[in-house]
Amino acid sequence: MDNPKPNWEHFPHGADIGVRGADASLAGAFEQAALALTAIVVDPSSLDVKEGVEIACEAPDQELLLVDWLNALIYEMATRQLVFGRFQVQIEATQMHATAWGQPMDDRLELTVEPKGATYTALSVEQQADGRWVAQCVVDV
Amino acid sequence: MDTARLERRSECEWWIAPTGKMRVPAVIYATESLIADMDEKVREQITNVATLPGIVKAAYCMPDAHWGYGFPIGGVAAFDPAEGGIISAGGVGFDVSCGVRTLHTGLKVSEVEAAKEQLADALFRTVPAGLGSRGKIHLDNEAMRAMLQGGARWAVDQGYGHDDDLAFVEEGGCMAGAEPSEVSDQALKRQQDEMGTLGSGNHYLEVQRIAEILDEETAGAFRLTREEVVVSIHCGSRGLGHQIGTEYLRKMAITAASHGIELPDRELACAPIVSDVGRSYLGAMRAAINCALANRQIITHLVREAFAGVFPGCELPLIYDVSHNTCKVERHAIDGDGETRELYVHRKGATRAFGPGHDELPTAYQKTGQPVIIGGTMGTASHVLVGTGESETLSFSSSCHGAGRSMSRHEALKHWQGRSLVDSLASQGILIRTRSYRGVAEEAPGAYKDVDAVAEAAHASGLSRRVARLTPLICVKG
Repeated sequence: MDNPKPNWEHFPHGADIGVRGADASLAGAFEQAALALTAIVVDPSSLDVKEGVEIACEAPDQELLLVDWLNALIYEMATRQLVFGRFQVQIEATQMHATAWGQPMDDRLELTVEPKGATYTALSVEQQADGRWVAQCVVDV
Repeated sequence: MDTARLERRSECEWWIAPTGKMRVPAVIYATESLIADMDEKVREQITNVATLPGIVKAAYCMPDAHWGYGFPIGGVAAFDPAEGGIISAGGVGFDVSCGVRTLHTGLKVSEVEAAKEQLADALFRTVPAGLGSRGKIHLDNEAMRAMLQGGARWAVDQGYGHDDDLAFVEEGGCMAGAEPSEVSDQALKRQQDEMGTLGSGNHYLEVQRIAEILDEETAGAFRLTREEVVVSIHCGSRGLGHQIGTEYLRKMAITAASHGIELPDRELACAPIVSDVGRSYLGAMRAAINCALANRQIITHLVREAFAGVFPGCELPLIYDVSHNTCKVERHAIDGDGETRELYVHRKGATRAFGPGHDELPTAYQKTGQPVIIGGTMGTASHVLVGTGESETLSFSSSCHGAGRSMSRHEALKHWQGRSLVDSLASQGILIRTRSYRGVAEEAPGAYKDVDAVAEAAHASGLSRRVARLTPLICVKG
């Protein structure tokens, strides 16, 4: 199963990198934000992802949930030495369950920069007037 | 930043008077030109810092200030626990105790030039750099906790370096008050294979030529001689520090309201120093400082090994090790009556810059003040300055830490291509070793402020005084 058409971008920040994902659903926006996170490290479309990792998060609100989600991915990336290229997210209120599929880091991949953590800077999770969800924050690198 | 909205007090000192919820003024030290290049976000962030409970005297920006998260990078603020002062994970940063240490090689530039390719390859082979690289040292949880308690002293006890190194590291190489029990299992796991690694982003290992001496007497005390070679290592507390920053930023954001703290923005998440979260963070953050000090000590050992393979007998004594993402308890005079108060000084992207006679300094630097090491980029100079007595009054004895970005990574990628940058630098005599050309493009020298202008502004404002200018010969990029 492939992720839907990429709908993520990076936005400028003085020292670090902003990640933004958009989709018709909140879960989709979280998946797209995760792709933007991976794109800090490597081109997500270049990955051959096979290994699945289960991730669960719960937070007081949707904004903190986004930060928790991205930080869970950063943690799994660092400790499992995987880069993730495909995501399936389910969100109910302020709880989420997800599967992230990744490829092991090795010398064949040109890995750019390590994300240190997702921050609360430029953090927002909003449903726009057209119904689309946009989820974003700055990631410290 | 619009200078019309600032009050100029002197050539390099600009004030923002308290308005709204600001408890103290904000003060920016920079030339008019550096201020003009600063993002308006710096103004927004430093005025937000000035609203935090228990802040003392003023919120300060160093000449290299730029838009960060929570505090601006290049931000300094001190808080008094007796006045409800806070401690902020965002005011320290994710890369706790990131810093620079500089080693003297005793080699002439001509000697290094003759073996430059061989040395570059040896350093690149010996010191793990870049994302995904792991060290040869694997620490179990017990060893990790000993490292978090002992810092660089632990590393020396394990055989990485010499006892003589420790006097030239802040805190004598071991931050007191570390509480490894406050560090989560996740943070320990993230660090278990990362000891002795540079990391990525703006971290580097650089072989540098001492190109210019501006203060002969102080340079002599620092053992800096023109046309000799030094090595600088820039890195921090790696995954452990990042995880501690992540966890405590969240805890502080969630508990701030229960402590009666009204945050102008969640990114300023903080907790009272006198609170369970505040105390717990302090213990964990100090453990992360020790992790960074141990990490730079291990890398120092690896650098010495690489040099020994090319230049047998080369010893590389440590000139100094500075940390520039910290919160430390220090005594400072505030009211002009000579009385000092115990304050929690946050330096985020700012270097401690104690002046002559400070009892924290090693005997060798008692007369001069401490070395203040300002890292540049792979294509531009770095600087060694010295702390001044004056900076005690100006900035709680703080100075700048680097060039500071003037362009986002996003923008840099549109302007530069990594491979051609590496070739261009090679044609200027600077050898780059990297695992990522895109990383090189993001770190392009042109994406940073003019580091010479930053060092000059630090000098002109009295934050520290210029001693020597270093230029790159070899850079291993993280």
